[in-house]
Amino acid sequence: MTQTLGDEGVATGDAAPAEAIAPGSTASRGTRVVGLLALAAWGLLLLYGLVISPNDVLQEESVRLFYIHVPGATVGMLAFAFTAFGSAMYLWRRTAFWDLAAGASAEIGVVFLTLGLIAGGLWGEPTWGEYWVWDARGTSSALAVVLYLGYLAVRRIPSAPEVRRKRSAIAGLIVFIDVPIVHFSVEWWNTVHQPATISRLDPTIEGLMLFAYFLGMVAFSLTYWWLVIHRFRVGWLQEQVDERSLSDAIDLRRAESDGSSTEVTS
Amino acid sequence: MSEPHPPVSPDPEPTIRLRGAVALLGSFPALAGIDLEVGAGEVVVLRGPNGAGKSTLLRACAGLVPVVEGEATVLGVDLLDRPRDVRPLVGMLGHGAGLYDELTVAENVRFWTRARGADPRRAEAAMASFGLAGRLASVGAARLSAGQRRRVALACLVAHDAELWLLDEPHAALDADGRALVDQLVAEAAAVGTTVLLASHEVDQVSGFGPRVVTIAGGIVVEDRPAPQRPSPTEAARVP
Amino acid sequence: MFRDALLVLNKDLRVEARSRIALNQILPFALLVLFLFAFALDPSRGVLERATAGLFWLAVLFCVVLGVGRAFALESGDGVIDALRLSGLDPAGLFLGKAGALFVQLVALELVLTLGVVVFYGAALHSVALLLVAGLLATAGLAAAGTLYGALAAGLRVRETLLPLLFLPAVVPVLIGATRAYESALADQSGEGWPWCNLLAVFAAVYVGTGVLAFGPLMEET
Repeated sequence: MTQTLGDEGVATGDAAPAEAIAPGSTASRGTRVVGLLALAAWGLLLLYGLVISPNDVLQEESVRLFYIHVPGATVGMLAFAFTAFGSAMYLWRRTAFWDLAAGASAEIGVVFLTLGLIAGGLWGEPTWGEYWVWDARGTSSALAVVLYLGYLAVRRIPSAPEVRRKRSAIAGLIVFIDVPIVHFSVEWWNTVHQPATISRLDPTIEGLMLFAYFLGMVAFSLTYWWLVIHRFRVGWLQEQVDERSLSDAIDLRRAESDGSSTEVTS
Repeated sequence: MSEPHPPVSPDPEPTIRLRGAVALLGSFPALAGIDLEVGAGEVVVLRGPNGAGKSTLLRACAGLVPVVEGEATVLGVDLLDRPRDVRPLVGMLGHGAGLYDELTVAENVRFWTRARGADPRRAEAAMASFGLAGRLASVGAARLSAGQRRRVALACLVAHDAELWLLDEPHAALDADGRALVDQLVAEAAAVGTTVLLASHEVDQVSGFGPRVVTIAGGIVVEDRPAPQRPSPTEAARVP
Repeated sequence: MFRDALLVLNKDLRVEARSRIALNQILPFALLVLFLFAFALDPSRGVLERATAGLFWLAVLFCVVLGVGRAFALESGDGVIDALRLSGLDPAGLFLGKAGALFVQLVALELVLTLGVVVFYGAALHSVALLLVAGLLATAGLAAAGTLYGALAAGLRVRETLLPLLFLPAVVPVLIGATRAYESALADQSGEGWPWCNLLAVFAAVYVGTGVLAFGPLMEET
């Protein structure tokens, strides 16, 4: 996941130690530590999730998907919350750091939430025979994914950097405000249309299963931070490149003036 | 030989003050370091090849294009900080006339005048003086010729009564009468102390003002001089 | 702010009255959608009657997407956007004016659609009060959200595809609330429908408020 770029040593954002060494790679001691911890967590998760923890009485093997489904979805939604936080911070502080952080978090959030939803579907199939049951949580999460895909598309509209960042920050806040409204309305809709049958969604988990679930949360969270830091740094480097290319463009532009000043007669 | 035009002593508060200003269109540096100072009441003509940045310079002074580097102050407003604040203070005549095709001339003028918060009586007077008050007033904007559209835009500009006029090729696509009208307008505006910055390919047309001529190329100023003076009356009398 | 809003609203409606785009293109489109639903859903099996409320609001949603596109397209004349930015119009007023004009056009559209639904789907209109209240609240929310997302999706070539992607998931609450309210109204069980009006009111309030606040920063440098 590391990127190598040019010969520039590049300072990274506030969240990570300054990268004073050339060449610009998005790895650092911090990310290596986080990455190793994440790998360890995944290893343990696989161990406990697949081997050690028992089958659920009712759901047998398929409950193991639960350790992906819930942590993935939860961390995904938290990532969206962080995007909103980053958007607000950008509007307050106007530093590119917060804009990049918000964008990185949204991307990872979309991936995790989608993974979580897919895992949920795979879990639901053997549990009650359908991949998708239009439950409140799943449906509103799917809509949240679409909304944030829209947010990511807004980030990509070509414009001057400050304009783009401000527009993205406003979009991030608006989308975040919409999510609870959507969730609440879907939930209400659900109680009208799907009484009782799907209300017992989650298996009761305790003991080793609870521990495996906890490991899942840890693994996903560590992976999230690792991915976000790398994605943030890639974005940061991209902006450095853009700034450099701006100076080049300025020089190129000024060069147009050579030889043309005598063109017009008085 | 005419006397060299004495340099205009800079006002303590120049109307426009740009130092190394860089303005971006998207990510392209249309202005790559402009240095320009224009005092109150001056008339300045911008010339230069196509794509030099004349239009962008005018739009930047209007607060429409972001200035990202350097210094830029127009009518006391810092363009790097709060470009929006300068917009109500300037009057701009762009390439497009800014008219709603579906509305009539009178409706367009009325809308833009009220949107600007300008005095409607000035708008009526302006329409009359541009020949827009009669039959033309109820013609849909889509049916106007280029010259007529320009006149409507000029009427709105005059109605607004701004301190700084930014005119982008005001003579383009106008017949002789139209051009004369524009010249007359600029002269009247200068007479009352309005600062006028106009971009034009036709330097002959505008040298009658006796303005400063600034040449732009590649996003920077390459030449800044007074226009050649017409001979003064005493010298003209000396010619046999 | 309100003075500017009225100015913009009048201007938008006047432009529409002259160009008649909504009348000649969006309205027929709405009725066409009703027909398409009939072809997709076999009118003889009673599906259409049961689904009338939902199909009505779906048709409205599609028209809002078109209407928002039109609302921003009418500013695309040469130099108009510059003139708007220079004019010093209060951005919040600009938002309210454009959303208001959209609202008026949508209400007119919905009246015709209601007629269409009565004629083509055999709907019987009970609880007209509920229909009116829920309809007006829902439309206000749709107009506000549409104008706001229309401004966000501000790239010229991007707007057609980005607007539906942003707008449609965001207005799911309106679709849900309005459909439930209309369902109960048409089935003459309005007691169940009124609580949904709260949801619609909250949505409308949130989006009108957000639009008023956010339009300034958004318009600052388009």
